Parts: sequence; C-alpha cells; structure tokens
Amino acid sequence: MRIAYFPGCTLNTTAKGFDNALRASFAALGAELVELPEWNCCGATFPLLVDNMLDLVAPTRVLLAAQRQGDRLAVACTMCYNVIRRTNNRLRSDADALEKLNYFIEAEYRGGVEVLDVLQILRDDVGFEAVQAAVKKPLTGLKVAAYYGCMVLRPPTEVAYDDPENPHALDDLLRALGAEPVEWPHKAECCGAYLAVKSKEATAEMSYRILSSAQRAGAQAVVTNCPLCQFNLDKQQLDMGRRHGGYQPVPVLYFSQLLGVALGLDTADFGWERHYVDVRPLLESLG
Amino acid sequence: MRVKLSAMRVRNDLVRRIEELSGQDLLACYQCGKCSAGCPAAFAMDLLPSQVIRLVQLGLVEEVLNAKTPWFCAACQTCYARCPKGVDLSRIMEAIREIALQERGDYLVIEEIPAEELAEFPQLAFIGGFRKYTA
Repeated sequence: MRIAYFPGCTLNTTAKGFDNALRASFAALGAELVELPEWNCCGATFPLLVDNMLDLVAPTRVLLAAQRQGDRLAVACTMCYNVIRRTNNRLRSDADALEKLNYFIEAEYRGGVEVLDVLQILRDDVGFEAVQAAVKKPLTGLKVAAYYGCMVLRPPTEVAYDDPENPHALDDLLRALGAEPVEWPHKAECCGAYLAVKSKEATAEMSYRILSSAQRAGAQAVVTNCPLCQFNLDKQQLDMGRRHGGYQPVPVLYFSQLLGVALGLDTADFGWERHYVDVRPLLESLG
Repeated sequence: MRVKLSAMRVRNDLVRRIEELSGQDLLACYQCGKCSAGCPAAFAMDLLPSQVIRLVQLGLVEEVLNAKTPWFCAACQTCYARCPKGVDLSRIMEAIREIALQERGDYLVIEEIPAEELAEFPQLAFIGGFRKYTA
C-alpha cells in the first residue's frame, strides 16, 4: 500500500523521532508513506469564527496538494489532522466556502480527499493483527498509559474514529505490541496545548494531573500520538518536583517509537536525545 | 451579583456580535453546568465556562471581556462534545477573544517569551498561540 503523507512542521523538528519511527515502521509493515512533494504549514489550529476564511487557506492548500496525489491523505501530527480534516468537512458541506477558497488560491480543490490519521490507517488498513504478527521484540511486561489528548477525538462528529469518551485504538495497538495498557481516567484530557506559550502554570498543572493519574494506574510510560502533548507532558516534568514534592518523572513516548522497537527496527534515528525525561533506561530494562 | 436587566441591554450590539462571530445560539444554553464540570482548565479560570455564557445571555459582555477565562480556553472541545444542547462554547470563547483583541490589542507579545523557551517550543505551540492570542 502507498498513501500520500503529510508530516507537518513539527515532525521535521522537535518530533523528528515520531516521523522517522513512523515511516520506518509503516515501511516494515508494507505500507509506504509518500510525503507530499510540496506542502505548507496547516495553521495548527482550526479557526472557530464563522467568517474566518483566511485561516482556511493554508489547510485548503494542503488538501489541494493531496488531491494531486490521489484520494487519501495520511496525517501524522494530530493537530494537523484536526485542522485539515475539519477544513475538508467545511469545504465539503459549504459550497460557498469552497468557491471562495478556490477563487482565492486560484486552483480547484474538489473536496474528494479523505483525511486520515496514521493510527486509523494502522488499525483499518494495515490491521493490528498484521502488526502483532510482525512483532519481533514484544514489549512484554511494559505497563503503558495510552494518551490520546483532544485532536483525534473532538469534535466527535467531525474527527473521531474511536469512542470519544473512552478511546481504545492506541490501547489496542499497544496490546498488539505485547505491552500492557493500564486503565486510567485521563486518556482524553487536554494537556493545555498552546496555553504553554502564555500560561505555563496552567499547563504545568494540567500536565501534572495527567501524568500523576497515569502513574497511579501503574504506568511506566505515557504513550501519545500528539507532538504538542508529548512536548508539554515531557518538558513540564523537569520542575514538577518543585511544586509537587516526591514527584517522579515518567517517560513520554510516541506510539511510533514503541512500534518501531517492537518491530525490531534500527532505532538510532528515533530521536531519543530529544526527550527531556530519558526513555532509554526503560527500553533497555526490557532487554 | 445583582444586575438590572433591560431588553436593550440583553440584546446589545456586543451580544449580537458574539452570536454572529460564533454562529451559536446563546439562548440554547439552559445552564446545566456540564461544560464547567468537565473543563480541564477550569481551575485556572476566574469565571466558570457556564458563567461566561450566562453573563453573555444577560448582555453583560464587559464582564467576560475583563475576565481571564477566555484566555485559558484551549479549544479542547470537551464542553462541546458533552453539551446536551449542542452549544459550541469554544466558538463563543473565540468570539470573545476576537472582540477583546480588536478592542484592546494583542494578548501575547513575542518579546515576553524568554529566549531559551523560544528555542525549545515546537512550531505548533507557537503558531497555535499566536493565532489565538493576537489580532
């Protein structure tokens, strides 16, 4: 299988390990992610004002680039997925908006592209049974908290491919890799996202609630599919002990990194050095 | 809080503007409080999310323009996902931010962010933040 692929800006920098591990894992599973030959930033947030057409321009251009490659687009970054998918929904249901945007970008996007999250493709096209069959180094004994954040779940009618209140796609994947996902209540709770650039205290507290909940449930690591959740949860831990005495940091990984490890791939370019809380001791303890 | 209501005050220009910008029917809300109960940022807010919509219903837009709450909404949409009346409160918050940004200027100034943090933030945090916090 070959599918057009949109990595997004952050997967070229802080989340490079997410991208490298994802491409390598997909390739090992016989699914090739073919990066769009030309793409631009999607804008990171979906505009919520009815008349904000300008912020729809960037994601419409991404959809146009995808249309040139076929009728399906795989998106790795969950924020990009949310923005591009919702833009697509708007353009498909609002002929006036589609006409305006096309006029503005001087092109003809027709609304035919299906925008899919990479985890969804892994579940529905590759299949978790096929993933399980390809596992070479099962993550036996590793207790993990699957953390979904917001962007692949809400608004449910527009973006969710899973149960929005009790999602399990990531849990199912981790189980297929041999790990043991814990039951915990914060798997779909917001980490604070871009509040981090203005209100560090708020995001620190939101991260603490999520991370401490995962640890109370017995998780040795938190596993996510969102590059902003990963950054917030990982980095906020550096001084979490100052506010919450006795707090012990926990590694925060991308699901693609664990997928690549379980598939027995070379993990040298999985971006381990970018993590604030070192993941390697935990992985080495697995043997 | 004691307020004197009048028809003119309840349907003032700012209320209409919020309705227009957000595309939401403000009066659909019957104050069940589910949005406030589930909001992951409520602890940092001065007004609960349900209080914001109640004040706007009553025409008291200045109160919400002066509040911290709209700036602590990260549009996670937990409120919208759970609202029994289908009100998208994150759109109302964005409309309030928009009015505040246009009347009062940017909420986020890049010079205020320490240089070492500037170097570390992923792009989506910046782009998201500047899209939500600047006019």
